[in-house]
Amino acid sequence: MRLDSLPMRRPARIVAIDWEALRPAEARRLRELGFDEHVTIELVHQGPFGRDPIAARVGRMTIAIRRAVAAAITIEPLTAQGAAHVHTRHAAIAAE
Amino acid sequence: MNPMPMVALVGNPNAGKSALFNALTGARQKVGNYPGVTVERKSGRMSLADGRPLEIVDLPGTYSLEPGSPDEAVTRDVILGRQEGERLPSAMVIVVDATNLDNHLRFALQLIALGLPVVIALNMVDLARRDGLIIDPDRLSAELGVPVIPTVAVRKQGIDDLKERIGLLVGDGAQRISAGRAIVHEDIVVVQRRARAIALAATTEEHGARQWSHRIDAIALHPVLGPILLAGLMFLMFQGVFAWAQAPMDAIGALMADTQAWVTAHMADGVLRSLITDGLIAGVGAVITFLPQILILFFFILLLEASGYMVRAAFIMDRLMARVGLSGRAFIPLLSSFACAVPGIMATRTIDDPKDRLTTILIAPLMTCSARLPVYAVIIAAFIPAKTVGPGIGLQGLVLFALYMMGIVGAMVAALVLRRTVTKGQSPGFMMEMPKYQLPSWRDVALGLWTRALIFLKRAGTIIAFTTVVLWALLSFPKPPADSKANPVDYSIAGRIADGLAPAFKPIGFDRDIVLALIPAMAAREVAVSALATTYSLQAKGTAADDPALDRNLAQRLHGHWSLATALAFLVWFVFAPQCISTIAVTRRETNGWRWPGFMVGYLFVLAYLAAGITFWASSALGL
Repeated sequence: MRLDSLPMRRPARIVAIDWEALRPAEARRLRELGFDEHVTIELVHQGPFGRDPIAARVGRMTIAIRRAVAAAITIEPLTAQGAAHVHTRHAAIAAE
Repeated sequence: MNPMPMVALVGNPNAGKSALFNALTGARQKVGNYPGVTVERKSGRMSLADGRPLEIVDLPGTYSLEPGSPDEAVTRDVILGRQEGERLPSAMVIVVDATNLDNHLRFALQLIALGLPVVIALNMVDLARRDGLIIDPDRLSAELGVPVIPTVAVRKQGIDDLKERIGLLVGDGAQRISAGRAIVHEDIVVVQRRARAIALAATTEEHGARQWSHRIDAIALHPVLGPILLAGLMFLMFQGVFAWAQAPMDAIGALMADTQAWVTAHMADGVLRSLITDGLIAGVGAVITFLPQILILFFFILLLEASGYMVRAAFIMDRLMARVGLSGRAFIPLLSSFACAVPGIMATRTIDDPKDRLTTILIAPLMTCSARLPVYAVIIAAFIPAKTVGPGIGLQGLVLFALYMMGIVGAMVAALVLRRTVTKGQSPGFMMEMPKYQLPSWRDVALGLWTRALIFLKRAGTIIAFTTVVLWALLSFPKPPADSKANPVDYSIAGRIADGLAPAFKPIGFDRDIVLALIPAMAAREVAVSALATTYSLQAKGTAADDPALDRNLAQRLHGHWSLATALAFLVWFVFAPQCISTIAVTRRETNGWRWPGFMVGYLFVLAYLAAGITFWASSALGL
């Protein structure tokens, strides 16, 4: 599933980002804003006109992107269990 | 000559860098430009506890050392010691947002790797606490290997500790000779993961407190309530501009008139007196009449920006702006241009993408500014019958509305064309961090207003005053011989220019008198009204251009002289023509050269000529 078709308020995990599909500057900014594989993401708002752009919560940040960019991001919706899994993984990175 | 040590403030956008800069330097700030680019150099002086002076430079906020915009390139070059016209900083203050530690630490890690002495200002610790985040600065310092000082810049907390630490870093103030180390080209994702781990380790407590920003966004970004709120705020802004600016503008006008009268009474008639009253005082007046509007508009813009709402407005409008190749960021500057293009163009600084910004600047003059209203009012009153064309719809109001729409549609078409030609490039896209909502600090807003006012007065003001004097000279020289009965204006250079230009304007229905009125209207559009009044031999002296009696008389006179086709063409001309030197001056200032203002003037004149021509030919063909 791609991020642009994720319903609002439904936590998901980024599986893959097609960096090649993005312009280099966009890809770089996306990375700088914390988009990364395995990161939890949730859409929280969408624009009033044509439901574009969308606002996504990544970590503690809320980031606005256009749907066209979101289409390059593959995600997998999380069940409650999945969310817990990501959390442990996050803690594991910290423990290193 | 050993210049005082320079300390650079670096950090992500939204880290509270500007507030920290204000807290460190107070009002002792200077805004300049880096050579060859439109990037501001904001610097200020700070004294250490032992009295040693330091220069603090507030570098543009950036997410990484790979530059994506001119701002970011300057930041990188300064801290690498490569920026022309700037010395290598003696130390860096890295500003990080405590509520967004993992993301901001990634950039901090990249900066620390450069090897300059650094101190981290762990800013907004109060907001972090509000969000249920407790961060241990000592632990963070141990992890990063550099000192960390918790601060709340908007409340001036932690500033003394930070100053003390800066003093230690700068040491005896000896200039560093070595250039900074090169950028460590580590994969951004790797650094980001390390940053996340450090942030997690330094966070001693994290519980999901309800974030205020999310609650506000539930309304501000609501699909229905959001646009209504935005429209309401914009309405308030315009009310503010028109309701509050009128009194100070009238006062400035009166003051200028009094000064002119005083000089006239105390000086012998002659060229010098004319230069002072009609040239200098009029020129200075033209500059400062803009100030109330600029300050009020900027007051709103700074509030919107500092509170975090600006990005939400851009979010709401992005889709509509995207249709013509712009981004949501262009919305507020364009809207401001309805009051006056000068602050609108100055407000384009919030647009990161250079081409997006340039396009916005180039189309800003097409938004119908308040100076066009007096001209529209006179012509419409003279030529458009005051009848209704439907329930509650007056024809005059309809024509006024059509003129506004013509400007908007013209701007949209111009943006579409420009984005495919001169400002061609990839569409700017829209990717922004939505900052937390914050109560703006009045001090920061006041300082921001002060800086904007100074920039306008110093940079644009000098050019405006200068060109007003040039216009005065064009209208005053040469003097007709004493025995001549010729009108002095007809005899002047401006009169001759009008003679020369008249054939070019004949096809679009403008006679020589209209062309002559357009020349002084370059200083300020509304001057066209009094210029027409002079031309059609009314007593112009001592009567304000907006005097209703004058308008009525002028309307009757015009009615006798112009055909309806000419009047309509004249209106359309004012929709498009670059009839305002202040706008040209501020465009020069904001684009750092004459190339773009030159282009703007050119394309707008062509547009105005064609649009006025089409209007004239079409309405003549219809027998109007």
